[in-house]
Formats: sequence, structure tokens, C-alpha cells
Amino acid sequence: MIEVVRPGPLATVQDLGRPGYAHLGVPRSGAADAPSLRLANRLVGNPEDAAGIEFTLGNAALRFRCAAWIAVTGAPLDVCLDDRPHGMNAPLRVLEGGTLTLGTPSRGLRSYLAVRGGVNCEPTLGSRSTDLLSHLGPPPLAPGTHLPVGAADAPITVDLAPVPSALATPVLHIVPGPRDDWFVPDALDVLTSAPYTVTPAGNRVGVRLDGPLLERAREGELSSEGMVTGALQVPPNGRPILFLTDHPTTGGYPVIAVVRHHDIPTAAQLRPGDPVRFRLS
Amino acid sequence: MRTVRRAGDGGLLVETSGLDDAHRLHRALRDAAFPGVTDIVPGERTVLLVAEPGACDLDRLAARVAVLEPGEAAAEDAPPVEIPVRYDGEDLAEVAELTGLSVREVAERHAAAEYSVAYLGFSPGFGYLTGLDEALHVPRRASPRTSVPTGSVAIAGPYAAVYPSPSPGGWRLLGRTDLTMWDVRRDPPSLLRPGLRVRFVEERGS
Repeated sequence: MIEVVRPGPLATVQDLGRPGYAHLGVPRSGAADAPSLRLANRLVGNPEDAAGIEFTLGNAALRFRCAAWIAVTGAPLDVCLDDRPHGMNAPLRVLEGGTLTLGTPSRGLRSYLAVRGGVNCEPTLGSRSTDLLSHLGPPPLAPGTHLPVGAADAPITVDLAPVPSALATPVLHIVPGPRDDWFVPDALDVLTSAPYTVTPAGNRVGVRLDGPLLERAREGELSSEGMVTGALQVPPNGRPILFLTDHPTTGGYPVIAVVRHHDIPTAAQLRPGDPVRFRLS
Repeated sequence: MRTVRRAGDGGLLVETSGLDDAHRLHRALRDAAFPGVTDIVPGERTVLLVAEPGACDLDRLAARVAVLEPGEAAAEDAPPVEIPVRYDGEDLAEVAELTGLSVREVAERHAAAEYSVAYLGFSPGFGYLTGLDEALHVPRRASPRTSVPTGSVAIAGPYAAVYPSPSPGGWRLLGRTDLTMWDVRRDPPSLLRPGLRVRFVEERGS
């Protein structure tokens, strides 16, 4: 059992989400930066799709009611076990009664904790993920929340995982469309010409961006159509919204381009004020 | 030959000639069960295919989808779902005023039409129903309610809907139903699915 002492600004249980229900209006959800959760799970000998905790801007504390193996990945922050500093991206042994504290990330937004055996709360539609748009899965963690830990059998075989460092101005590679023909001919050049800035109005649903306006070539409303993670949806104000994992399944604003899946984790680590560039590829 | 647009490196947006074609293609794509495809999402004039990244060759999938023929079969062969409604919604009088009909006529026209689930979105189990009587096409409320109760039967623009769970919402409320539209313990969790036909049946008394 893990007891939440302090969840920080937002902490949720996440696994790899609930694909297969989008036609019923259910977002995929799951870890916004899925490779970081997968890595944390591998480090403690879990299947990659085990549930862990997604922290937003750290600043959290957890008390372990039983001994556990854990790993912290994602946005880099200070990790302390009973006030002793430890490293990220490595398995850590926590003794019974131990307290883990997480500092504020030096960059990036979301950090992940995996525990050997996985967070074992009740699944909804095959997933333990908290979907903040649809209110599916467990509620966000609050002080006093108790999280059960599952049984483990696979051995831990890794001691430390090197992770690539982030760029000062992240670059997100995009595929044009599916509705680039709704915009003026040079709109894709505009999108890729100068950096955009991440605004404070962002969450697991999407990231609102400020920068050069993307001008439409046609009036009227698009018929509602299915949306994918990474879509750059452009409302009439011309400022793109980048859809993350809890995005609505359908939408009526045209999508000028979609971020390649390889760069979604980078997008999920953008925080307010960060610059970001788009590149066609 | 259908137009198939890229939706990133893991999605294909297939254009259709309209809603009925979208539903027939949706059904054909489910039957085809292409490996690597995790979600198939119909829209008003499109069907979106979402593939697990790296799990399939998107060019090959696009080529196969472009020539896929849904056949002549109807998109939906199930009988209409009947939704019992008590017409006592908060916006009934306002809708009557906007349409120039009486409150009674609003309820009768709403219950007289046969609907079809165009697509689901907005929230889990929320179906956009087409078939609403044109006299009842009214705009959304200028300011949405912060909370609309579960089971609210509502209209907005050309659509009718039932709120499957409590949520904010700007649609005009005509009444309510006790029918469970969404239950995560049920399989499938949603009473509605794309293409399904729907009727509203007035419940009197109580």
C-alpha cells in the first residue's frame, strides 16, 4: 500500500490507456509521456503496461506502508528517500515506512513512478488510467489516498537506464493534414517558420500555443470528425491546440497537421512558457 | 475510389459521401479487422482509422481502404432503441417560444421523429442523433449550464441527444429519461453506437 502524503499540483494513476472505445466517445487516455512510464515499468521488472503514477511538476510525497521497488522517470527532478537523495531512471529499494519526496522538475512537466507489481486499483474499461476529460478511472490523487500494489514475479534485471537529454527549443516533426486544405497556401510555412510558445492553459487534453496565426482559406464549419493524439487543431482564432492523450474523440475544427508519434512524449513534456518549433518531415 | 487522408503517421481519415456511407464503411472496416488498427471512429462525412504506431504499413492500409466496398447491406439491422421520456425539461417553454410551437407540439414533434446515431463524442456514450424535426432546430443556449444531470434529453442545431452522465452543457433541455445510457460495468458500456436507430417514447403520468 502506498499512501499519498502530498500529490503536488496534479498526480494521477496512469497505464497505457483504453484504446478501442473511441467510437463510443471514450478518449484513449493513458500516460501522456508513455515511453517514460514504459521505462519506469521495465526498471522494476513490470510489464510495460502496468499502472504507475504520473506527476505534474513534481512537488509530491508518498509514504510506503510496505517495502517496495520503485523507479522514477520523465521530467528530471530531485528524488529523496527519507531525506537521502537518489537518482532517477534506476530501481530504488524503499523500506517499509519509507517516505519518498519529489522536488520540482528542472525542465519538463511530467515525471513517472513505477512500483514493482504495479498500482493495483480497480480498472475501468480495461485500464486504470485517470481520464480527466471523461472522468473515467480513479480520481486524481489527494492527500490520504491509498494505492494498493500488485504482486510481482519477474526479476529486476537493470541497474540504470541512460535517457537522452531534451533540446533547449524542442522540435516536433509533423505530417501535413488531414485538413491543411482549409488554410491559406502558406499556412504550413507559417507554422514551421517561427517558434510557438506554450500558454498556461494546458492539461492532459491538450496544449494551447501562441505564435504566428494560421489563417483559414475557407469559411464555414467542418463536419465533426475523428481526432488523433498529436493533432494540431485550429479554432477560428488561428492559434493551434495540440491534442494530448485525454483529447476528445471527435472535433469540428480543422486539423492543419499532426505531430509524429515519436515526438508526442516531447510534446507532453512542454510546460507553460516553453518555446517549441514544428518541422515538416 | 475513396479519398484517404493522412492523420499523422498513425491515422487515416477516409472521406465518405455522407452519413449513411460513413456508417456502412465503419461496419465494413470493423468486419475487415485490419491488424494494428485500434480504433475506428465515424464522423459525419468521414471514418477515422487509428493504428498502433509502427504496427502496420500505413501506405498499404490506405491502398486497401481506398478500394474497400461496404456492399449493399444496411449499416444497421437492429430495431430502433426506444428511449422513454418525460417532457418536463427546463428549456421546454423557451424552445416553444423560439419555434413558435406550443409546449405540447414541441414534445409531440420530438417524439414523432425517427433518429439515427450519427456519431458519438463530447463525452462517453453521448450520441449525436440526426432526424430531428426541422421546426425544432434551435441554437444552443448563449451560456452553457455548468452541470446538466444524467438522462437529460436535449436538442441543439440539427441534433438531439441524451446526456449519458452529468456534465456541463449548452443544449436545450426538453425532458429526461431513466434509461441508463452509459454504464462502465456493461459490455458494451454505451447503449448507443454509430448508426443505431432511436425513437423517443413519451411517458405520461408519474
